[in-house]
Amino acid sequence: MANEKTNALPEIKVGLLVIGAGPAGLAAAVAAYDRGVRDILICERQDFAGGILPQCIHNGFGLKRFGEELTGPEYAGRYEKMAEERGIRIEYGATVTKLSHDRHATVLSDKGMRVYAADAVILAMGCRERPRGALPVVGTRPAGIYTAGCAQKMVNRMGLLPGREIVILGSGDIGLIMARRMTLEGAHVKAVCEVMDHPGGLRRNIVQCLDDFGIPLYLSTTVVEVEGDERVTSVTLAEVDERRRPIPGTERKVPCDTLLLSVGLIPENELTRQAGIEIDPVTNGAAVRENRETSIPGVFACGNVLHVHDLVDFVSEEGEIAGNAAADYLENAKKIETAPVAKIVAKNGVRYTVPELIGNGNTPKVTVFFRVSDSFRDATLIAENENGQILAKKVRRMVPGEMQRVDLPREKLVGTVTLSVATQG
Amino acid sequence: MNNNETIRRFPCTVCPMGCELTVDVDKLTVTGNGCPRGAAYGVAEVTHPTRTLTTTVALRGCDRVVAVRTDKPIPKELLLPAMDFVRDYVAPENVQPGAVLVKGFMGTDANLVVTGK
Repeated sequence: MANEKTNALPEIKVGLLVIGAGPAGLAAAVAAYDRGVRDILICERQDFAGGILPQCIHNGFGLKRFGEELTGPEYAGRYEKMAEERGIRIEYGATVTKLSHDRHATVLSDKGMRVYAADAVILAMGCRERPRGALPVVGTRPAGIYTAGCAQKMVNRMGLLPGREIVILGSGDIGLIMARRMTLEGAHVKAVCEVMDHPGGLRRNIVQCLDDFGIPLYLSTTVVEVEGDERVTSVTLAEVDERRRPIPGTERKVPCDTLLLSVGLIPENELTRQAGIEIDPVTNGAAVRENRETSIPGVFACGNVLHVHDLVDFVSEEGEIAGNAAADYLENAKKIETAPVAKIVAKNGVRYTVPELIGNGNTPKVTVFFRVSDSFRDATLIAENENGQILAKKVRRMVPGEMQRVDLPREKLVGTVTLSVATQG
Repeated sequence: MNNNETIRRFPCTVCPMGCELTVDVDKLTVTGNGCPRGAAYGVAEVTHPTRTLTTTVALRGCDRVVAVRTDKPIPKELLLPAMDFVRDYVAPENVQPGAVLVKGFMGTDANLVVTGK
Protein backbone atom coordinates (compact mmCIF):
# COMPACT_ATOMS: atom_id res chain seq x y z
CA MET A 1 0.00 0.00 0.00
CA ALA A 2 1.42 3.34 -1.02
CA ASN A 3 1.48 5.66 1.97
CA GLU A 4 1.11 9.43 1.85
CA LYS A 5 4.82 10.09 1.76
CA THR A 6 5.27 7.78 -1.23
CA ASN A 7 2.41 9.52 -3.01
CA ALA A 8 4.26 12.81 -2.74
CA LEU A 9 7.07 11.45 -4.94
CA PRO A 10 6.81 11.61 -8.72
CA GLU A 11 5.12 8.43 -9.92
CA ILE A 12 6.12 7.05 -13.30
CA LYS A 13 4.29 4.22 -15.04
CA VAL A 14 6.40 1.44 -16.54
CA GLY A 15 5.40 -1.83 -18.19
CA LEU A 16 8.14 -4.13 -16.94
CA LEU A 17 10.54 -3.12 -14.19
CA VAL A 18 13.62 -5.33 -13.81
CA ILE A 19 15.58 -4.87 -10.61
CA GLY A 20 19.25 -5.57 -11.30
CA ALA A 21 21.28 -5.56 -14.55
CA GLY A 22 23.31 -8.67 -13.76
CA PRO A 23 23.12 -11.80 -15.91
CA ALA A 24 19.63 -12.70 -14.63
CA GLY A 25 18.13 -9.25 -15.15
CA LEU A 26 19.70 -8.76 -18.58
CA ALA A 27 18.55 -12.18 -19.83
CA ALA A 28 15.05 -11.57 -18.45
CA ALA A 29 14.77 -8.16 -20.10
CA VAL A 30 16.05 -9.48 -23.44
CA ALA A 31 13.62 -12.43 -23.36
CA ALA A 32 10.66 -10.17 -22.51
CA TYR A 33 11.62 -7.80 -25.32
CA ASP A 34 11.82 -10.65 -27.79
CA ARG A 35 8.30 -11.62 -26.79
CA GLY A 36 7.03 -8.16 -27.68
CA VAL A 37 7.33 -6.19 -24.44
CA ARG A 38 8.67 -2.73 -25.28
CA ASP A 39 8.20 -0.65 -22.13
CA ILE A 40 11.08 -2.14 -20.13
CA LEU A 41 13.25 -0.43 -17.54
CA ILE A 42 16.18 -2.01 -15.70
CA CYS A 43 17.28 -0.35 -12.46
CA GLU A 44 20.91 -1.07 -11.61
CA ARG A 45 22.50 0.24 -8.44
CA GLN A 46 26.07 0.10 -9.78
CA ASP A 47 27.28 2.26 -12.64
CA PHE A 48 27.88 -0.71 -14.95
CA ALA A 49 25.96 -3.77 -16.14
CA GLY A 50 26.86 -7.42 -15.64
CA GLY A 51 26.52 -7.70 -11.86
CA ILE A 52 29.43 -9.63 -10.40
CA LEU A 53 30.73 -10.81 -13.82
CA PRO A 54 33.07 -7.88 -14.64
CA GLN A 55 35.23 -8.84 -11.66
CA CYS A 56 35.14 -12.58 -12.49
CA ILE A 57 37.95 -12.33 -15.02
CA HIS A 58 38.60 -16.10 -15.12
CA ASN A 59 37.22 -18.24 -17.93
CA GLY A 60 34.69 -21.06 -17.84
CA PHE A 61 31.51 -19.06 -18.44
CA GLY A 62 29.13 -19.66 -21.32
CA LEU A 63 29.96 -23.21 -22.35
CA LYS A 64 26.29 -24.15 -22.31
CA ARG A 65 24.90 -20.84 -23.60
CA PHE A 66 27.42 -19.98 -26.28
CA GLY A 67 29.37 -23.22 -26.76
CA GLU A 68 32.64 -21.50 -25.90
CA GLU A 69 34.59 -20.68 -22.78
CA LEU A 70 34.28 -17.01 -21.99
CA THR A 71 35.57 -14.90 -19.13
CA GLY A 72 33.08 -13.08 -16.89
CA PRO A 73 33.52 -9.70 -18.60
CA GLU A 74 33.09 -11.34 -22.02
CA TYR A 75 29.93 -13.17 -20.95
CA ALA A 76 28.47 -9.98 -19.47
CA GLY A 77 29.46 -8.12 -22.64
CA ARG A 78 27.39 -10.49 -24.79
CA TYR A 79 24.22 -9.81 -22.81
CA GLU A 80 24.93 -6.10 -22.50
CA LYS A 81 25.17 -5.97 -26.28
CA MET A 82 21.87 -7.84 -26.68
CA ALA A 83 20.17 -5.35 -24.35
CA GLU A 84 21.78 -2.43 -26.17
CA GLU A 85 20.76 -3.72 -29.63
CA ARG A 86 17.17 -3.85 -28.43
CA GLY A 87 17.33 -0.38 -26.95
CA ILE A 88 16.42 -1.65 -23.48
CA ARG A 89 16.73 1.21 -20.99
CA ILE A 90 19.08 0.75 -18.05
CA GLU A 91 19.23 3.33 -15.28
CA TYR A 92 22.62 3.15 -13.59
CA GLY A 93 23.34 4.22 -10.05
CA ALA A 94 19.66 3.64 -9.34
CA THR A 95 18.92 1.74 -6.12
CA VAL A 96 15.47 0.36 -5.46
CA THR A 97 14.95 1.14 -1.78
CA LYS A 98 11.38 -0.05 -1.41
CA LEU A 99 9.00 -2.42 -3.13
CA SER A 100 5.31 -2.67 -2.33
CA HIS A 101 2.96 -5.56 -2.96
CA ASP A 102 1.17 -3.50 -5.63
CA ARG A 103 4.42 -3.30 -7.62
CA HIS A 104 5.40 0.24 -6.73
CA ALA A 105 9.19 0.58 -6.52
CA THR A 106 10.83 3.57 -4.84
CA VAL A 107 14.10 4.34 -6.60
CA LEU A 108 16.95 6.53 -5.40
CA SER A 109 19.63 7.88 -7.70
CA ASP A 110 21.50 11.13 -8.32
CA LYS A 111 18.36 12.27 -10.14
CA GLY A 112 16.54 12.13 -6.84
CA MET A 113 13.79 9.86 -5.60
CA ARG A 114 10.84 8.63 -7.59
CA VAL A 115 8.34 5.81 -7.69
CA TYR A 116 7.92 3.45 -10.60
CA ALA A 117 4.44 1.97 -10.81
CA ALA A 118 5.09 -1.23 -12.74
CA ASP A 119 2.62 -3.60 -14.39
CA ALA A 120 5.12 -6.42 -13.87
CA VAL A 121 8.34 -6.70 -11.86
CA ILE A 122 11.27 -9.08 -12.22
CA LEU A 123 13.43 -9.48 -9.13
CA ALA A 124 17.06 -10.03 -10.19
CA MET A 125 19.00 -8.58 -7.28
CA GLY A 126 21.50 -11.43 -6.99
CA CYS A 127 23.16 -12.45 -3.77
CA ARG A 128 25.81 -11.22 -1.37
CA GLU A 129 28.59 -12.87 0.57
CA ARG A 130 28.19 -14.16 4.08
CA PRO A 131 30.34 -11.86 6.23
CA ARG A 132 32.66 -12.61 9.13
CA GLY A 133 30.03 -11.56 11.64
CA ALA A 134 27.96 -14.57 10.64
CA LEU A 135 30.77 -16.97 11.62
CA PRO A 136 31.65 -18.34 15.04
CA VAL A 137 35.26 -17.13 14.86
CA VAL A 138 36.56 -15.38 17.98
CA GLY A 139 39.52 -13.05 18.27
CA THR A 140 40.41 -9.45 17.58
CA ARG A 141 39.13 -7.19 14.83
CA PRO A 142 42.29 -6.36 12.88
CA ALA A 143 42.57 -5.20 9.26
CA GLY A 144 43.23 -7.95 6.73
CA ILE A 145 39.96 -9.89 6.83
CA TYR A 146 38.10 -9.77 3.53
CA THR A 147 35.34 -11.69 1.86
CA ALA A 148 36.73 -13.44 -1.21
CA GLY A 149 34.52 -11.39 -3.52
CA CYS A 150 35.72 -8.15 -1.98
CA ALA A 151 39.35 -9.23 -2.50
CA GLN A 152 38.43 -10.20 -6.06
CA LYS A 153 37.11 -6.72 -6.74
CA MET A 154 40.26 -5.15 -5.28
CA VAL A 155 42.59 -7.29 -7.39
CA ASN A 156 40.67 -7.50 -10.65
CA ARG A 157 39.00 -4.11 -10.86
CA MET A 158 41.11 -1.79 -8.75
CA GLY A 159 44.55 -3.35 -9.19
CA LEU A 160 45.18 -3.65 -5.44
CA LEU A 161 46.67 -6.67 -3.67
CA PRO A 162 44.90 -7.15 -0.30
CA GLY A 163 47.81 -9.03 1.30
CA ARG A 164 50.89 -11.25 0.88
CA GLU A 165 50.51 -14.23 3.20
CA ILE A 166 47.02 -15.59 2.77
CA VAL A 167 44.75 -18.11 4.49
CA ILE A 168 41.41 -18.82 2.85
CA LEU A 169 38.44 -20.14 4.82
CA GLY A 170 35.92 -21.96 2.65
CA SER A 171 36.45 -23.94 -0.53
CA GLY A 172 33.55 -22.46 -2.47
CA ASP A 173 34.33 -21.52 -6.04
CA ILE A 174 35.13 -17.88 -5.26
CA GLY A 175 37.62 -18.96 -2.58
CA LEU A 176 39.32 -21.39 -4.96
CA ILE A 177 39.44 -18.86 -7.80
CA MET A 178 40.96 -16.29 -5.45
CA ALA A 179 43.59 -18.79 -4.24
CA ARG A 180 44.86 -18.99 -7.83
CA ARG A 181 44.45 -15.30 -8.48
CA MET A 182 46.41 -14.24 -5.39
CA THR A 183 49.13 -16.78 -6.26
CA LEU A 184 49.47 -15.47 -9.81
CA GLU A 185 49.76 -11.95 -8.41
CA GLY A 186 52.67 -12.99 -6.23
CA ALA A 187 50.98 -13.63 -2.89
CA HIS A 188 51.57 -16.84 -0.93
CA VAL A 189 48.40 -18.83 -0.23
CA LYS A 190 49.33 -20.97 2.78
CA ALA A 191 46.10 -22.89 3.24
CA VAL A 192 42.53 -23.30 2.08
CA CYS A 193 40.38 -24.69 4.90
CA GLU A 194 36.99 -26.33 4.48
CA VAL A 195 34.77 -27.17 7.43
CA MET A 196 32.98 -29.91 5.46
CA ASP A 197 34.64 -33.21 4.60
CA HIS A 198 34.40 -32.43 0.87
CA PRO A 199 35.30 -29.37 -1.16
CA GLY A 200 32.54 -26.84 -1.73
CA GLY A 201 33.55 -25.76 -5.22
CA LEU A 202 33.57 -27.41 -8.63
CA ARG A 203 36.17 -30.11 -9.26
CA ARG A 204 37.73 -28.23 -12.14
CA ASN A 205 38.52 -25.42 -9.71
CA ILE A 206 40.19 -27.79 -7.25
CA VAL A 207 42.47 -28.96 -10.07
CA GLN A 208 43.12 -25.65 -11.82
CA CYS A 209 43.23 -23.35 -8.82
CA LEU A 210 44.80 -25.45 -6.05
CA ASP A 211 46.54 -28.55 -7.48
CA ASP A 212 48.21 -26.62 -10.31
CA PHE A 213 49.95 -24.38 -7.79
CA GLY A 214 50.47 -26.88 -4.96
CA ILE A 215 48.13 -25.00 -2.61
CA PRO A 216 47.11 -27.28 0.29
CA LEU A 217 43.40 -27.92 0.96
CA TYR A 218 42.54 -28.95 4.52
CA LEU A 219 39.14 -30.63 4.77
CA SER A 220 37.16 -30.86 8.05
CA THR A 221 39.20 -27.89 9.22
CA THR A 222 38.15 -24.40 10.22
CA VAL A 223 39.53 -21.14 11.56
CA VAL A 224 38.81 -20.90 15.28
CA GLU A 225 40.64 -17.69 16.10
CA VAL A 226 42.05 -14.60 14.44
CA GLU A 227 45.08 -12.91 16.03
CA GLY A 228 46.58 -9.46 15.49
CA ASP A 229 46.11 -5.88 16.71
CA GLU A 230 46.18 -3.49 13.78
CA ARG A 231 46.67 -6.15 11.12
CA VAL A 232 46.09 -9.91 11.10
CA THR A 233 49.28 -11.64 12.28
CA SER A 234 48.04 -15.22 12.38
CA VAL A 235 44.97 -17.42 12.45
CA THR A 236 44.42 -20.59 14.44
CA LEU A 237 43.12 -23.61 12.53
CA ALA A 238 41.50 -26.64 14.11
CA GLU A 239 40.09 -29.90 12.82
CA VAL A 240 36.38 -30.43 13.34
CA ASP A 241 34.32 -33.50 14.17
CA GLU A 242 31.37 -34.76 12.14
CA ARG A 243 29.15 -32.15 13.80
CA ARG A 244 31.60 -29.42 12.79
CA ARG A 245 32.76 -28.80 16.35
CA PRO A 246 36.49 -27.99 16.69
CA ILE A 247 38.43 -30.93 18.18
CA PRO A 248 40.50 -29.79 21.20
CA GLY A 249 44.21 -30.43 20.77
CA THR A 250 44.19 -30.10 16.97
CA GLU A 251 44.75 -26.32 16.99
CA ARG A 252 47.69 -24.89 15.09
CA LYS A 253 48.67 -21.30 14.48
CA VAL A 254 49.38 -20.20 10.91
CA PRO A 255 51.21 -16.85 10.55
CA CYS A 256 49.57 -14.72 7.84
CA ASP A 257 48.55 -11.13 7.13
CA THR A 258 45.26 -11.81 5.38
CA LEU A 259 42.21 -14.03 5.87
CA LEU A 260 39.82 -14.44 2.95
CA LEU A 261 36.32 -15.73 3.64
CA SER A 262 34.47 -17.77 1.06
CA VAL A 263 31.76 -19.09 3.31
CA GLY A 264 28.56 -18.92 1.35
CA LEU A 265 26.26 -16.62 -0.53
CA ILE A 266 22.93 -15.25 0.64
CA PRO A 267 20.19 -14.24 -1.83
CA GLU A 268 19.55 -10.54 -1.36
CA ASN A 269 15.82 -10.53 -0.66
CA GLU A 270 15.17 -7.43 1.47
CA LEU A 271 12.85 -6.00 -1.20
CA THR A 272 11.15 -9.36 -1.67
CA ARG A 273 10.38 -9.60 2.04
CA GLN A 274 9.28 -5.98 2.18
CA ALA A 275 6.75 -6.62 -0.56
CA GLY A 276 5.37 -9.48 1.53
CA ILE A 277 6.39 -12.19 -0.93
CA GLU A 278 6.48 -15.72 0.44
CA ILE A 279 10.06 -16.95 1.02
CA ASP A 280 11.33 -20.55 0.88
CA PRO A 281 13.22 -21.08 4.16
CA VAL A 282 15.80 -23.36 2.52
CA THR A 283 16.72 -21.33 -0.57
CA ASN A 284 16.18 -17.97 1.21
CA GLY A 285 14.59 -16.87 -2.05
CA ALA A 286 10.98 -16.47 -3.10
CA ALA A 287 8.85 -19.59 -3.40
CA VAL A 288 7.97 -19.67 -7.10
CA ARG A 289 5.95 -21.51 -9.71
CA GLU A 290 7.65 -23.04 -12.72
CA ASN A 291 7.41 -19.72 -14.60
CA ARG A 292 9.27 -18.09 -11.65
CA GLU A 293 6.20 -16.17 -10.54
CA THR A 294 6.25 -15.38 -6.83
CA SER A 295 3.29 -15.36 -4.44
CA ILE A 296 2.40 -11.89 -5.80
CA PRO A 297 0.93 -12.08 -9.32
CA GLY A 298 3.04 -10.17 -11.83
CA VAL A 299 6.18 -10.34 -9.70
CA PHE A 300 8.80 -12.82 -10.89
CA ALA A 301 12.25 -13.77 -9.57
CA CYS A 302 15.29 -15.28 -11.26
CA GLY A 303 18.99 -15.91 -10.79
CA ASN A 304 20.87 -15.83 -7.51
CA VAL A 305 18.19 -13.83 -5.73
CA LEU A 306 15.99 -16.89 -6.11
CA HIS A 307 18.57 -19.56 -5.29
CA VAL A 308 22.34 -19.53 -5.52
CA HIS A 309 23.50 -21.04 -8.81
CA ASP A 310 26.94 -22.44 -9.60
CA LEU A 311 26.82 -21.69 -13.34
CA VAL A 312 25.90 -18.35 -14.86
CA ASP A 313 24.55 -20.22 -17.89
CA PHE A 314 21.70 -21.48 -15.71
CA VAL A 315 21.16 -17.98 -14.30
CA SER A 316 20.61 -16.69 -17.83
CA GLU A 317 18.28 -19.60 -18.58
CA GLU A 318 16.24 -18.79 -15.49
CA GLY A 319 16.21 -15.11 -16.49
CA GLU A 320 14.67 -16.13 -19.79
CA ILE A 321 11.99 -18.18 -18.04
CA ALA A 322 11.06 -15.17 -15.90
CA GLY A 323 11.24 -12.77 -18.85
CA ASN A 324 8.93 -14.94 -20.95
CA ALA A 325 6.53 -15.33 -18.04
CA ALA A 326 6.43 -11.57 -17.47
CA ALA A 327 5.63 -11.11 -21.18
CA ASP A 328 2.80 -13.65 -20.87
CA TYR A 329 1.49 -11.86 -17.82
CA LEU A 330 1.55 -8.44 -19.50
CA GLU A 331 -0.13 -9.79 -22.65
CA ASN A 332 -2.89 -11.26 -20.61
CA ALA A 333 -2.87 -9.07 -17.51
CA LYS A 334 -6.49 -9.69 -16.63
CA LYS A 335 -6.17 -13.45 -16.65
CA ILE A 336 -7.69 -15.09 -13.63
CA GLU A 337 -5.01 -16.22 -11.23
CA THR A 338 -5.53 -19.82 -10.28
CA ALA A 339 -4.19 -21.58 -7.25
CA PRO A 340 -1.14 -23.77 -7.87
CA VAL A 341 -2.09 -27.29 -8.99
CA ALA A 342 0.84 -28.99 -7.27
CA LYS A 343 3.46 -28.43 -4.62
CA ILE A 344 6.90 -30.03 -4.84
CA VAL A 345 8.38 -31.16 -1.54
CA ALA A 346 12.09 -32.01 -1.17
CA LYS A 347 12.68 -35.19 0.85
CA ASN A 348 15.38 -37.78 1.66
CA GLY A 349 18.56 -36.50 0.08
CA VAL A 350 16.98 -33.61 -1.83
CA ARG A 351 17.61 -30.32 -0.04
CA TYR A 352 15.40 -28.01 -2.07
CA THR A 353 13.70 -27.63 -5.42
CA VAL A 354 13.00 -24.62 -7.65
CA PRO A 355 10.16 -24.29 -8.52
CA GLU A 356 8.36 -25.21 -5.32
CA LEU A 357 4.90 -24.80 -6.90
CA ILE A 358 3.38 -25.87 -10.21
CA GLY A 359 0.83 -23.63 -11.89
CA ASN A 360 -1.40 -24.13 -14.87
CA GLY A 361 1.20 -23.86 -17.64
CA ASN A 362 0.96 -25.74 -20.91
CA THR A 363 4.43 -27.12 -21.66
CA PRO A 364 4.48 -30.95 -21.65
CA LYS A 365 7.48 -31.02 -19.29
CA VAL A 366 8.41 -29.04 -16.20
CA THR A 367 12.12 -28.64 -15.53
CA VAL A 368 12.88 -28.74 -11.82
CA PHE A 369 16.23 -27.56 -10.46
CA PHE A 370 17.33 -29.10 -7.18
CA ARG A 371 20.27 -29.66 -4.88
CA VAL A 372 21.12 -32.80 -2.96
CA SER A 373 22.18 -32.76 0.69
CA ASP A 374 24.82 -35.52 0.34
CA SER A 375 27.06 -37.05 -2.30
CA PHE A 376 25.39 -39.91 -4.18
CA ARG A 377 26.71 -42.45 -6.64
CA ASP A 378 24.47 -44.71 -8.76
CA ALA A 379 21.33 -43.57 -6.99
CA THR A 380 17.73 -43.27 -8.14
CA LEU A 381 15.86 -40.02 -8.19
CA ILE A 382 12.19 -40.57 -7.40
CA ALA A 383 9.20 -38.26 -7.92
CA GLU A 384 5.89 -39.48 -6.53
CA ASN A 385 2.51 -38.30 -5.32
CA GLU A 386 -0.62 -39.90 -3.87
CA ASN A 387 -1.38 -41.41 -7.29
CA GLY A 388 1.94 -43.28 -7.31
CA GLN A 389 5.36 -42.95 -8.87
CA ILE A 390 5.79 -40.21 -11.48
CA LEU A 391 9.43 -40.77 -12.29
CA ALA A 392 12.32 -43.00 -11.25
CA LYS A 393 15.57 -41.98 -12.86
CA LYS A 394 18.99 -43.54 -12.39
CA VAL A 395 21.68 -40.96 -11.68
CA ARG A 396 25.39 -41.72 -11.85
CA ARG A 397 26.65 -38.99 -9.58
CA MET A 398 25.19 -36.12 -7.58
CA VAL A 399 27.09 -33.84 -5.20
CA PRO A 400 25.79 -30.97 -3.02
CA GLY A 401 28.00 -28.40 -4.74
CA GLU A 402 26.48 -28.96 -8.17
CA MET A 403 22.90 -28.06 -9.01
CA GLN A 404 20.87 -30.86 -10.57
CA ARG A 405 17.88 -30.75 -12.88
CA VAL A 406 15.12 -33.13 -13.86
CA ASP A 407 12.21 -32.93 -16.30
CA LEU A 408 8.84 -34.04 -14.93
CA PRO A 409 5.73 -34.78 -17.04
CA ARG A 410 3.26 -31.96 -16.40
CA GLU A 411 0.05 -33.98 -16.66
CA LYS A 412 1.07 -36.06 -13.63
CA LEU A 413 1.94 -33.12 -11.40
CA VAL A 414 -0.99 -32.75 -9.02
CA GLY A 415 -1.28 -32.54 -5.26
CA THR A 416 1.88 -32.94 -3.22
CA VAL A 417 4.78 -34.27 -5.28
CA THR A 418 7.80 -35.44 -3.33
CA LEU A 419 11.27 -35.56 -4.88
CA SER A 420 13.74 -37.84 -3.11
CA VAL A 421 16.87 -39.93 -3.63
CA ALA A 422 16.95 -43.71 -3.10
CA THR A 423 20.23 -45.57 -2.86
CA GLN A 424 20.45 -49.25 -3.77
CA GLY A 425 21.11 -51.37 -0.68
CA MET B 1 49.39 -43.25 -5.94
CA ASN B 2 48.83 -45.85 -8.61
CA ASN B 3 51.89 -48.11 -9.18
CA ASN B 4 50.84 -48.60 -12.73
CA GLU B 5 51.67 -45.19 -14.15
CA THR B 6 50.45 -46.10 -17.64
CA ILE B 7 46.86 -45.48 -16.43
CA ARG B 8 46.03 -42.09 -14.95
CA ARG B 9 42.70 -40.98 -13.50
CA PHE B 10 41.78 -37.33 -13.01
CA PRO B 11 38.74 -35.11 -13.39
CA CYS B 12 38.22 -33.33 -16.68
CA THR B 13 38.41 -29.56 -16.31
CA VAL B 14 37.25 -28.50 -19.77
CA CYS B 15 33.85 -27.52 -18.44
CA PRO B 16 32.17 -27.50 -15.03
CA MET B 17 30.71 -31.02 -15.51
CA GLY B 18 33.92 -32.55 -14.13
CA CYS B 19 33.80 -35.99 -15.82
CA GLU B 20 36.22 -38.52 -14.27
CA LEU B 21 38.70 -39.41 -17.02
CA THR B 22 40.81 -42.54 -17.28
CA VAL B 23 43.75 -42.09 -19.63
CA ASP B 24 46.09 -44.78 -20.93
CA VAL B 25 49.38 -42.90 -21.08
CA ASP B 26 51.00 -45.30 -23.62
CA LYS B 27 48.12 -45.78 -26.01
CA LEU B 28 46.78 -42.25 -25.37
CA THR B 29 43.21 -43.48 -25.14
CA VAL B 30 40.62 -41.77 -22.94
CA THR B 31 37.49 -43.19 -21.31
CA GLY B 32 34.94 -41.60 -18.99
CA ASN B 33 34.72 -38.41 -21.06
CA GLY B 34 31.27 -37.02 -21.83
CA CYS B 35 32.33 -35.19 -24.99
CA PRO B 36 35.16 -35.08 -27.57
CA ARG B 37 36.70 -32.06 -25.88
CA GLY B 38 37.23 -34.21 -22.80
CA ALA B 39 39.16 -36.78 -24.83
CA ALA B 40 41.44 -34.09 -26.24
CA TYR B 41 41.95 -32.67 -22.75
CA GLY B 42 42.79 -36.10 -21.33
CA VAL B 43 45.52 -36.65 -23.93
CA ALA B 44 46.90 -33.12 -23.57
CA GLU B 45 47.01 -33.44 -19.78
CA VAL B 46 49.33 -36.47 -19.90
CA THR B 47 51.47 -35.15 -22.78
CA HIS B 48 51.72 -31.34 -22.55
CA PRO B 49 49.26 -29.75 -20.08
CA THR B 50 48.05 -26.27 -21.02
CA ARG B 51 45.99 -23.57 -19.28
CA THR B 52 44.31 -20.35 -20.32
CA LEU B 53 45.83 -17.41 -18.46
CA THR B 54 43.39 -14.77 -17.24
CA THR B 55 44.75 -11.75 -15.41
CA THR B 56 44.80 -7.96 -15.51
CA VAL B 57 47.22 -5.39 -16.91
CA ALA B 58 47.83 -1.76 -16.02
CA LEU B 59 46.23 0.92 -18.21
CA ARG B 60 48.25 3.91 -19.36
CA GLY B 61 47.20 7.17 -17.74
CA CYS B 62 44.76 5.49 -15.41
CA ASP B 63 44.89 4.11 -11.86
CA ARG B 64 42.93 0.96 -12.53
CA VAL B 65 43.51 -2.26 -14.43
CA VAL B 66 41.81 -4.03 -17.33
CA ALA B 67 41.08 -7.77 -17.62
CA VAL B 68 42.97 -9.79 -20.23
CA ARG B 69 43.23 -13.43 -21.32
CA THR B 70 45.22 -15.63 -23.64
CA ASP B 71 42.96 -16.51 -26.57
CA LYS B 72 44.30 -20.09 -26.45
CA PRO B 73 45.67 -22.19 -23.62
CA ILE B 74 49.42 -21.86 -23.12
CA PRO B 75 51.80 -24.46 -21.62
CA LYS B 76 51.14 -24.71 -17.89
CA GLU B 77 54.78 -24.07 -17.00
CA LEU B 78 54.57 -20.66 -18.69
CA LEU B 79 51.87 -19.32 -16.32
CA LEU B 80 54.23 -17.84 -13.72
CA PRO B 81 56.81 -16.50 -16.25
CA ALA B 82 53.89 -14.95 -18.13
CA MET B 83 52.79 -13.18 -14.94
CA ASP B 84 56.30 -11.70 -14.61
CA PHE B 85 55.89 -10.28 -18.10
CA VAL B 86 52.35 -9.03 -17.49
CA ARG B 87 53.34 -7.26 -14.26
CA ASP B 88 55.51 -4.80 -16.20
CA TYR B 89 53.18 -4.45 -19.15
CA VAL B 90 51.10 -1.29 -19.60
CA ALA B 91 48.20 -1.32 -22.07
CA PRO B 92 47.42 1.72 -24.20
CA GLU B 93 44.57 3.86 -22.89
CA ASN B 94 41.07 3.29 -24.26
CA VAL B 95 41.66 -0.32 -25.31
CA GLN B 96 38.40 -2.09 -26.10
CA PRO B 97 37.34 -5.69 -25.37
CA GLY B 98 38.73 -7.98 -28.07
CA ALA B 99 41.83 -5.85 -28.77
CA VAL B 100 45.02 -7.90 -29.23
CA LEU B 101 47.71 -6.54 -26.90
CA VAL B 102 50.50 -9.05 -27.54
CA LYS B 103 50.72 -11.33 -30.58
CA GLY B 104 52.53 -14.64 -30.14
CA PHE B 105 52.39 -14.23 -26.35
CA MET B 106 55.45 -15.73 -24.58
CA GLY B 107 56.58 -17.33 -27.85
CA THR B 108 53.39 -19.41 -28.16
CA ASP B 109 50.76 -19.16 -30.89
CA ALA B 110 48.37 -17.54 -28.39
CA ASN B 111 47.62 -13.82 -28.24
CA LEU B 112 47.04 -11.72 -25.15
CA VAL B 113 43.65 -10.04 -25.65
CA VAL B 114 41.53 -7.57 -23.70
CA THR B 115 38.32 -8.97 -22.15
CA GLY B 116 37.22 -6.20 -19.79
CA LYS B 117 36.22 -2.59 -20.15
